[in-house]
Amino acid sequence: MNNFLKEKSEFISFLKGKALWVRKETLELHGRAPGTRLASSLSDVEIFTALYYGGILKFDPKNIYSEDRDRFIISKGHGAVSLYPILADVGFFDKSELLKISQPGSYLSDIPDNRIPGFETINGALGHGLGVACGIALALKKKNSDSKVFVLMGDGELYEGSVWEAIMLAGEHKLDNLILIIDNNKISMLDYCKNIIDMEPLAEKLSAFRWKAKAIDGHNMTEVYESLKDFREEKNGMPKVLIANTIKGKGVAQLENDVLCHIKSLKKEEVGEAIKKLQ
Amino acid sequence: MNTEQPKKVMRDVLIEAIYKKMREDDRIFFVSADFGAPALDKLRADFKDRFINVGIAEQNLVNVATGLAMEGFVVYAYAIAPFLTMRAYEQIRLNCSISPQIRPININLIGVGGGLSYDVAGPTHHCLEDIGIMRILPNMTVFSPSDWKLVENFFEYSVNEKSPMYFRLDGKSVPLIYENVNDLDFKKGFYELVKGDRVCLVSTGFLTHRALKIAKEIPGVGLVDVFVLKPTDASSLFDILKKYDYIITIEEGFTNNGGLGSLISKILRDNLSDIKLKTLGVNDTHAFDLGDRNYLHKLNNLDEESIVKEIKKHLD
Repeated sequence: MNNFLKEKSEFISFLKGKALWVRKETLELHGRAPGTRLASSLSDVEIFTALYYGGILKFDPKNIYSEDRDRFIISKGHGAVSLYPILADVGFFDKSELLKISQPGSYLSDIPDNRIPGFETINGALGHGLGVACGIALALKKKNSDSKVFVLMGDGELYEGSVWEAIMLAGEHKLDNLILIIDNNKISMLDYCKNIIDMEPLAEKLSAFRWKAKAIDGHNMTEVYESLKDFREEKNGMPKVLIANTIKGKGVAQLENDVLCHIKSLKKEEVGEAIKKLQ
Repeated sequence: MNTEQPKKVMRDVLIEAIYKKMREDDRIFFVSADFGAPALDKLRADFKDRFINVGIAEQNLVNVATGLAMEGFVVYAYAIAPFLTMRAYEQIRLNCSISPQIRPININLIGVGGGLSYDVAGPTHHCLEDIGIMRILPNMTVFSPSDWKLVENFFEYSVNEKSPMYFRLDGKSVPLIYENVNDLDFKKGFYELVKGDRVCLVSTGFLTHRALKIAKEIPGVGLVDVFVLKPTDASSLFDILKKYDYIITIEEGFTNNGGLGSLISKILRDNLSDIKLKTLGVNDTHAFDLGDRNYLHKLNNLDEESIVKEIKKHLD
């Protein structure tokens, strides 16, 4: 038992170390490509880390469309710059690509597209990912596949009406191979979401649509890892949604406290300072 | 043309063909935005696991159909034409134009009620923009058939073409035009139904029936039916058009805004042609006037008398 706990605690420490590295790399990328949405790409770091380094998401960098893979639809496309270093690290493409971000000839752009190995879809436009994921989930059921469909969405994206069309369908069709992660960073482009249209109580809303909903601290690595691991294995006849309560711009002080951080770019020297302060 | 020819509704012919294909090919899915047809009842009953009704939700129709197609299925997404093409336009742009340029999918958007099919339902149900807005999209094929044999044949073609396609189906029953034609070529996208030498009518969809009647009655008048408005083999089409000295395009759509008239105009321009062109269609106004389709055609100079008058200007 003690050994088990020790191993687990070491594993969580390993994941935390990876998350720290991902934040650093994301800042480096932002230094090279100041048009990247930095704040949005910092709130979901623990989620990406748990999925890719925690052994939760099934993927094969050598066969990117392998039938056995889990499908990961990143609906908040702009917030996935933090996935670039992970995809390079696990072998989807060479790390040298990271140095060429947003330059002519590179496929790594400010907002990712489906040329990038590891990205299933292009999602610069919001509100599409969950509906497409529903279609994939229905297809996988038809194929009797054990693969799962993960979707990452921002809370501001919940304002898109098409998202609710998909939420209704997933509940009705009992898509228990579908796992939605809401990066609930609570800030949209112009304001706190609660000042635009307050979506609380969010978990209750989703439960009413016949989803299993769970809210966690999206920066607590243990909670993120264990919740996603449980959700992946759980077959309960319901689609599942993990509401990850996060902080937009997590790890960078001048972003964390700024309601307008969505479109805020850091200057080169600020990037260097921010990297030093990461912990 | 004789009166014995069976008239059929395009959607029923298509659904019957899809039904037969689904029996032998389990890659095919049919997704509806709560839109039906008499022929659909059998399909819904017999293929419960490959028929999905997403509800009155055209945006989700396109998104769900995209997900299925990304998994290798051949998908037919079915809805009322104006709502499919315009409510879900951004879904179509993202999933059926942008994304497939990188990752091809076999997705087929079936819009029923092109043009003024739903005449007395009024301007919300008229569909006069669809050809223009679908033609703008890279990687999209735009199919606008005039009879149901074209629909049957084009369906067979679509099953094996891994690319997004829009079917603009008429809502009313139509007789056959291509009964005895066996050399349909969808890569060319048109057919010269009547050979003439002075005035060429170029039409698409429902109005080809009217154009055919006129072209058969007036010597010297030819007719080209364009059923694939994108991609159309422009050089083959110009080889026919250049035999004439006057061309009249006829379409149930807003004229000079991306539809048939715009297509022909561009082909003439690209060839530095001095052939005169008249583009008939609905002229930048929504049709609130109540009346059947013939009445709406009359208001827009698409009735037989107006078209003949236009032809006579150049024959006399």
